[in-house]
Amino acid sequence: MGYTKEKLLARLKELQIDFTQYEHPVVLTVDEQAKYVGHLGGGLSKNLFLKDKKNRFYVVSALADTKVDLKVLSQRFGLGKGGIRMAPEEALGEILQVPLGCVTPFALLNESARRVSLLLDQSFRAHDRCFFHPLSNDMSISISAHDLDKFLKSIGRDSAYVDLEANPTVGKEQPPDLAHLVPSDAIIVPESAALTASLQVPTQNDESELMNHNPLTTTTKTDKQSKEKKIFKEKTANEVHSYRSYANPQLFVEEILDKASSLILSEITEETIKQHGDQLGAVASNSIRKRLSLELNNLAIIFKNKAYTEGFRAGTQQSAQ
Amino acid sequence: MEEKDKPNEEDDQEVNPWKVSAKDGGKIDYDKLIDKFGCQRLDQSLIERVKRLTGRPPHVFLRRGVFFAHRDFNEILDAYERGYKFYLYTGRGPSSESLHLGHLIPFMFTKYLQDAFKVPLVIQLTDDEKCMWKDLSVEESIRLARENAKDIIACGFDISKTFIFSDFNFMCPAFYKNIVRVAKCVTINKAVGIFGFTGEDHIGKISFPPVQAVPSFPSSFPHLFCHKDNLRCLIPCAIDQDPYFRMTRDVAPRIGHRKPSLIESSFFPALQGENGKMSASDPNSAIYVTDSAKDIRNKINKYAFSGGQDSIENHRKYGANLEVDIPIKYLGFFLEDDAELEHIRAEYGAGRMLTGEVKKRLIEVLTELVERHRVARAAVTDETVDAFMAIRSLPYMFD
Repeated sequence: MGYTKEKLLARLKELQIDFTQYEHPVVLTVDEQAKYVGHLGGGLSKNLFLKDKKNRFYVVSALADTKVDLKVLSQRFGLGKGGIRMAPEEALGEILQVPLGCVTPFALLNESARRVSLLLDQSFRAHDRCFFHPLSNDMSISISAHDLDKFLKSIGRDSAYVDLEANPTVGKEQPPDLAHLVPSDAIIVPESAALTASLQVPTQNDESELMNHNPLTTTTKTDKQSKEKKIFKEKTANEVHSYRSYANPQLFVEEILDKASSLILSEITEETIKQHGDQLGAVASNSIRKRLSLELNNLAIIFKNKAYTEGFRAGTQQSAQ
Repeated sequence: MEEKDKPNEEDDQEVNPWKVSAKDGGKIDYDKLIDKFGCQRLDQSLIERVKRLTGRPPHVFLRRGVFFAHRDFNEILDAYERGYKFYLYTGRGPSSESLHLGHLIPFMFTKYLQDAFKVPLVIQLTDDEKCMWKDLSVEESIRLARENAKDIIACGFDISKTFIFSDFNFMCPAFYKNIVRVAKCVTINKAVGIFGFTGEDHIGKISFPPVQAVPSFPSSFPHLFCHKDNLRCLIPCAIDQDPYFRMTRDVAPRIGHRKPSLIESSFFPALQGENGKMSASDPNSAIYVTDSAKDIRNKINKYAFSGGQDSIENHRKYGANLEVDIPIKYLGFFLEDDAELEHIRAEYGAGRMLTGEVKKRLIEVLTELVERHRVARAAVTDETVDAFMAIRSLPYMFD
């Protein structure tokens, strides 16, 4: 699945990145983390996993005492007021592949987080070292901003340092200054995310209070939701699956066969056997053709366009060299 | 026949690329419009011909009269029958990020035309127009053009036969030369007559119409149509775009080009009814491609204007007014099955079916449509847009 803490640490060592690790009991908030590593000098980080209305995701990593106002950020992104909110729990698992309370820039190592935008507090540079979770809440590693950049570069990411406390005016003459950090693509997360998101947001309605609070602390509300979301997860696994089948022939064919066989099964019932007898084959086959034709054509064109795009990209990159 | 370019003093309804309003806030009179513009009705015989030539059922928009007017579409079909192909040209002014169903209609129809006739397509994103008319920055209009391109691509166009371009990015020698050629043939007075410009409008506006005209000429795309100067062009669009192409058809023979043909659609009504306005500031006036199933259900149930009677008794007695009922109209656009639509119309009109049932069916149809679009849209990445917009040859464009 996602990268483990061990793999990450091994990777950091491979890259000869200087870091120090501290193990401690599982912590879910910055305050708790401070109990174990707060006295060691170095800045504690708080990490927010955010989502906008168009299903684009962001990790905002800031010093624990930097004030982060989501309303201001939203405007600076060009999303209007209230365009950004905390991402739902599901997205955390699906996209960042880390547990609750463990949002960290290192999560961008995962392929699933490819399109998540990362914002780093420019105040990180003012400290020798800062603390982050290495994909697990039972450890913190301290690393310099420079070395964090080195890591990000190794996974093909630019480090975007931002003055998170700035509140520039955004208007006709002054375009939103962070608009270039808005991801160009949305990430589809299973439907359950949308459901639980609307339930989750009220627990964090005073967004300016997020200063010393890890925003993804479990509350009793989310415990209840986790039961509901298990049911939805199976259903919507197909959704995520079909998304990845766009350029993969095997998945593409699976998708087609899945749809066709479920239609066949729905066409052949006791009732229809009685109704059509030995004509059922022809009847079912016609019906399937009619019902599937549009959908399969759509899938096929998506597949074709994807394949062409891949080839095109390869071709243009080749000639650019 | 063609040159009815007097300003709209006598008529109370006003239809031009920037304004569509009916007489006294009523319905648009399409017969009057066809008459005034000088285009022709798309009759059943043409639809039959399309069916015969393409070997497949005509698109639902043709069957239901959504695309109802044309200029020289019969010539396109004549030539096609004799083995002469054509290319399609359509476009969008990227003025907002979110598209609603009304925006998709010309694209859905154009995709059908591309598949049915197996012909190439150019799609123009007039980011320069929106920059000028909506006072957007150049960068913002380019960005919107790219965003809109993604939704357009999601309509299912074949990348090996489709070229998407934005004016700011595509302006190249061949394109510009044609723009100047066209511009030389249109006096300011004529432009004012066609488009209603005034002395207060900036000169960018007056110089824009040729930009929308020249994609009708194959020589504007040397990378696509080299040595194909004789290739015909068919333009599917909403009828409010007719003025641009009246002007184009007037100019074409004077600069040695063929007149492009047009196939035109009526307007998609707002949720609140024909008299309502679909406006970007009122999200409840339309169904957007980003709406969730819940949003769709909500919007249709709460805001779709009903032609049903005010009480169930009256409804059973008098039936629904199908002329003003929005769910019925929307089903006319999007419900594929002719027989089912007829059945619903008959039952609802007689009062045997209730508004709630009609709305329920519409919600199903729209949810499926929006879902399909969402899935297709999710597959479109920046690389896909780059590929569609790249200046490249399309060797398989007629396959």
